[in-house]
Amino acid sequence: MASNLVEMFNAALNWVTMILDAPSARAVVFGVPIQGHFLVEGVLGVVIVILLSLKSYTPPKRPLTEQEIDELCDDWVPEPLIPPITEDMKHEPPVLESAAGPHTTVNGKDVVNFASANFLGLIGHEKLLESCTSALEKYGVGSCGPRGFYGTIDVHLDCETRISKFLGTPDSILYSYGLSTMFSTIPCFCKKGDIIVADEGVHWGIQNGLQLSRSTIVYFKHNDMESLRSTLEKIMTKNKRSKNLRRYIVAEAVYQNSGQIAPLDEIVKLKEKYRFRVILDESNSFGVLGRSGRGLAEHHGVPIEKIDVVTAAMGHALATEGGFCTGNVRIIDYQRLSSSGYVFSASLPPYLASAAITAIDVIDQNPDMLVKLKQNIALLWKGLSNIKGMSLTSNPESPIVFLKLENSRGSAKEDLLLLEEMADRALKEDSLLVVSSKRSFLDKCRLPLGIKLYVSAGHSESDLLKASESLKRLASELLFKS
Amino acid sequence: MITIPYLTAVSTYFSYGLLFAFGQLRDFFRRFLDWWLTSNLQGYAPICLGHEDFYIRRLYHRIQDCFERPISSAPDAWFDVVERYSNDNNKTLKRTTKTSRCLNLGSYNYLGFGSFDEYCTPRVIESLKKFSASTCSSRVDAGTTSVHAELEECVTRFVGKPAAVVFGMGYATNSAIIPVLIGKGGLILSDSLNHSSIVNGARGSGATIRVFQHNTPSHLERVLREQIAEGQPRTHRPWKKIIVVVEGIYSMEGEICHLPEVVAICKKYKAYVYLDEAHSIGAIGKTGKGICELLGVDTADVDVMMGTFTKSFGSCGGYIAGSKELIQYLKHQCPAHLYATSIPTPSAQQIISAIKVILGEDGSNRGAQKLARIRENSNFFRAELQKMGFEVLGDNDSPVMPIMLYNPAKIPSFSRECLREKVAVVVVGFPATPLLLARARICISASHSREDLIRALEVISKVGDLSGIKYFPAEPKKIEHTNNDIKLD
Repeated sequence: MASNLVEMFNAALNWVTMILDAPSARAVVFGVPIQGHFLVEGVLGVVIVILLSLKSYTPPKRPLTEQEIDELCDDWVPEPLIPPITEDMKHEPPVLESAAGPHTTVNGKDVVNFASANFLGLIGHEKLLESCTSALEKYGVGSCGPRGFYGTIDVHLDCETRISKFLGTPDSILYSYGLSTMFSTIPCFCKKGDIIVADEGVHWGIQNGLQLSRSTIVYFKHNDMESLRSTLEKIMTKNKRSKNLRRYIVAEAVYQNSGQIAPLDEIVKLKEKYRFRVILDESNSFGVLGRSGRGLAEHHGVPIEKIDVVTAAMGHALATEGGFCTGNVRIIDYQRLSSSGYVFSASLPPYLASAAITAIDVIDQNPDMLVKLKQNIALLWKGLSNIKGMSLTSNPESPIVFLKLENSRGSAKEDLLLLEEMADRALKEDSLLVVSSKRSFLDKCRLPLGIKLYVSAGHSESDLLKASESLKRLASELLFKS
Repeated sequence: MITIPYLTAVSTYFSYGLLFAFGQLRDFFRRFLDWWLTSNLQGYAPICLGHEDFYIRRLYHRIQDCFERPISSAPDAWFDVVERYSNDNNKTLKRTTKTSRCLNLGSYNYLGFGSFDEYCTPRVIESLKKFSASTCSSRVDAGTTSVHAELEECVTRFVGKPAAVVFGMGYATNSAIIPVLIGKGGLILSDSLNHSSIVNGARGSGATIRVFQHNTPSHLERVLREQIAEGQPRTHRPWKKIIVVVEGIYSMEGEICHLPEVVAICKKYKAYVYLDEAHSIGAIGKTGKGICELLGVDTADVDVMMGTFTKSFGSCGGYIAGSKELIQYLKHQCPAHLYATSIPTPSAQQIISAIKVILGEDGSNRGAQKLARIRENSNFFRAELQKMGFEVLGDNDSPVMPIMLYNPAKIPSFSRECLREKVAVVVVGFPATPLLLARARICISASHSREDLIRALEVISKVGDLSGIKYFPAEPKKIEHTNNDIKLD
């Protein structure tokens, strides 16, 4: 037993000496003989492998204990739900006591009304009231259900057919609220990754739709065709992938925020050159522009098939509520299942749909209302053309007449207060109801603020004269104080 | 929670798989046929990508006649459904002039105000003649009439909050209010089955959104604690504010929210509560004041109360009720108030009259009768359906009761057979519900009489046997005398 161990020990010693003394294990480095360098290199190699395989040092993860979470929850102080109320937030709007026609009653006084978008004077028209009354007696007030679940009443289908026939498009779809039309239509066709080129002056409904669609949005300068052309050029040349993406141009026919009219013929030329699709909001031009009131396409002589999607709110010339969208059959059918404002919301009350049908019939049969409206607009333009301190920025043919403030008072807030004061004094002193610009903090539009007047075919010459004189007087008083 | 029997789940998956496979096969052949007749797009990208409307073209079109059925009368307890026919295999449906008088189990007409009412309709016509159909203007310009002022005052009295503001559409109310209340740096905790308008409003606000399990206050508490401790994503700064959004009655489940627990949790963790009472206002509670009355929650504890007028009041529009400062701020900043046309004056008058009837201020007790009737109708109907062996969801007292169908083939079979027997029901499938959980949804109204309900039960039982949807064992029929009296509280 002991001899075996001694033998093994001697054998090991022999091995070691052999390794150290073997001729191949001898080397001379820098004049120093080293013996057994293979052994040394082998040991170093093993040490390197061990070091590399060690994991780097991470401090151990310690999740928060329940007590720590409790402390954090106790310490956290939320902001108040709303910021503190300031004086200007307490402003009350005028309360009407009769129908919002060209003349209305506020506080017992008769007032000339330029604040309702009643362009053709159809508020109070007896044919509309008749059809509304019979619809109310037959169908009640509400429709009690979304379109998919027994909320489709035959007047809705008749209204859609009537609109398509009037405009000459294949199909239409009715929405129950004007504002929801645009912010439901746009996310239907524009998804993440698509490209939308929109005017910077579009109203909040369109802005909300653009935001919900999650597409890439590029704004061009308000109603500037040169800016539009260069933006389209940049998009098409910069990105080679753009050819496979869906591309849209979004514009309004008559801009709510400035009263300008979009040059549709140039937009269509650009659209055909760069292969974009056009989504047009005709809320303020339906029933107003064009020889028979068929909107911007008739006004510029462009065939309606060239515009891919036309939407409009009916709360303007048609003196009812709701909105519609028209276009080709595939587009409209797709919206019936994927447009959230259509599928998940109750349908339009039937009496408003029947009012829309009657309103379109009235427009068809009385084209002289449009002529009277054009005359009124021209008269008002003449009266308001030389007010010191405010200038007309709207198009001479648009039914929304916009007077912008030439010199801003410094901040948007002060301008808003000044305009509000002007409108209040116009109501109190001259019995004139006009609109001063209002801006929500959610609104991204940065167009100049001013006074808006909605001209109606029901206004008489004396009304228009009164408006011009009153605004001239107030502008000189309020804008040139010390 | 709905638990599907295993066999049903397998057969439902199989059915969808078969439909999907057939759809793909047809699309494949269609691509050949269309190869030489592609509409000349000339460089435009196609407006609807192939797979986006696959569901519409291959699955939805087959059962299209079950949806969007037009009616030609008021949505009362009995109404006229217009008959339609199709020449091209259900792709387009054409109206005929024939109608069939059916029992209405689908409209949201909880208190029966959906048709001509002896108190409301004459007043509505009067206000129409005085103020005309619309004001054509937003509330801040010239859209506020004396009727609107009266309406807001009525709503505050009814709901029990200091102030209220009214909008023209319920969907737009949610979409426009939530971005005003909260923005980037805030947190929205919303129930997993919240309505699409709340989801849209939350997305539009830019705040971070976290979802908690449907109607589970314990999960809400867990998520709240985690989120407050962690802070904003990536920067870990503390949240600016937290809003918890819940609904009174969930329209696809018929369940009532566990509001007392949610309010207690939110008070403890200093979060704000936003309650959407679209279906529950006017329909539940002893005097119809909604879920707060039913569950005994103080209205001062709920920060923002939202509701719609389409369901129980037979009109259109939505409201927000809260403290005076909140409403003043909203009237100054909310885009739906500043830019959108105001609610039409006749609709506003209908709501005022309906509220007066419910509160009994018109001098009769029709309001109390209606409320008692809808409660009794819902409980009776639900109990009878469960006795027959149907799988019915929802809590007691809720007028919405979904009956589970599961299999996609049963959706059209249930709907068409019921229509043949002159009962109009609503069936819902994907995408409004999860893929496997298709259901038929019954909405009870106070204008249904006991005979109407018994007739409906007979028809549904017969059709249920035919379609095979009695998933639970039926209770054996007890020989007892049915009591036909209507009890008044």
